[in-house]
Amino acid sequence: MPVYGVAVLAACTLAGLYAGDLIGAAMGLEANVGGVGIAMLLLIAGSNLPGRPLLPGSPAGSGVQHWSLMYIPIIVAMAARQNVAAAVSGGTMAIIAGTLAVVAGFALVPLLSRLARR
Amino acid sequence: MQRLEDFAGANGLLVAFVFVGLVMALAHLVARHLTRGRLHGSAVAIAMGLLLAWAAGVDTGGKNGVADYPLLAGVGVLGGAMFRDFAIVATAFGVRLSDLRSAGWVGALSIPLGVVLSFAVGALVALGFGLRDPAEIATIGAGAATYIVGPVTGASLGVSSEIISLSIAAGLVKAVLVMVATPLVARRIGLNNPASAMIYGGLLGTTSGVTGGLAATDPALVPYGAMTSTFYTGVGCLMAPSVLYLAVKALL
Repeated sequence: MPVYGVAVLAACTLAGLYAGDLIGAAMGLEANVGGVGIAMLLLIAGSNLPGRPLLPGSPAGSGVQHWSLMYIPIIVAMAARQNVAAAVSGGTMAIIAGTLAVVAGFALVPLLSRLARR
Repeated sequence: MQRLEDFAGANGLLVAFVFVGLVMALAHLVARHLTRGRLHGSAVAIAMGLLLAWAAGVDTGGKNGVADYPLLAGVGVLGGAMFRDFAIVATAFGVRLSDLRSAGWVGALSIPLGVVLSFAVGALVALGFGLRDPAEIATIGAGAATYIVGPVTGASLGVSSEIISLSIAAGLVKAVLVMVATPLVARRIGLNNPASAMIYGGLLGTTSGVTGGLAATDPALVPYGAMTSTFYTGVGCLMAPSVLYLAVKALL
């Protein structure tokens, strides 16, 4: 049943986010450390286990796939609720700092990718 | 009107589905006919979302984009952290562990490197604008990492609320720009495989920017970028108020 897949997905997400929260708290931070990453690893493990209860294409798998397909609409909703007005009116210093940080990040992607290929 | 607002509020998530569906339908039309398929429909949809959020913010004076309209409050739920994280985790379904390992230690290294890089750039800009207090410079640098690292750093270093708002604004500029610019530069920076997506996620780090930018570029790359960017804010909150602040203090 698709709902089994959705339940497993939700359980992985909750377990990962809570673990990330606890890791953050243990480091004395008000931030979630790696919660989504841990949740993704749990889901990947769940779909690679012997017996593979969560095969892509199985009824349970289709429940997970539905939410994976809902990803872009959710990101559009996320974009529509961002505080864009504050970003635009944040003053020259904020705009320059944010923009240069992005440019520097983009510039390093090909360099590190080349390193990773060695 | 009040009756309609109450009704829309009680059915917020359903209103959000209709809203997003309309935006995406319009975006795909624009992408196909106005840009002749050169821009991905998802990229146009995300840009339209940001544009609507900007107009709504100017109109309402609120901080939640279109979700500040009572009629569209449900968009805030659908676009909130809970559904975002749920859907990001779902994209990992079908990911192979060997692909996750393809970036190797460079992928892991990209996270602290990205934090230091953004921090240094932000701190230099703050310095250029005449800030001299190490705590204030560190807060702006932290804001250039993400809009969460900025206020966390500012609060722990005890700077004024003006500086904290500036650091949040720097982080917002970064998130918005990453969402819009990623599909435009993807080919030039070789963002077309799992390893480079992990490195990109670690270097840019802003979760909303990275996941939005990858969604507009190639949805298959989303889980890889999300995997590294999910550690970025935590690493930033750890480094910015401590070693990076001390480095600024030592250098001034």
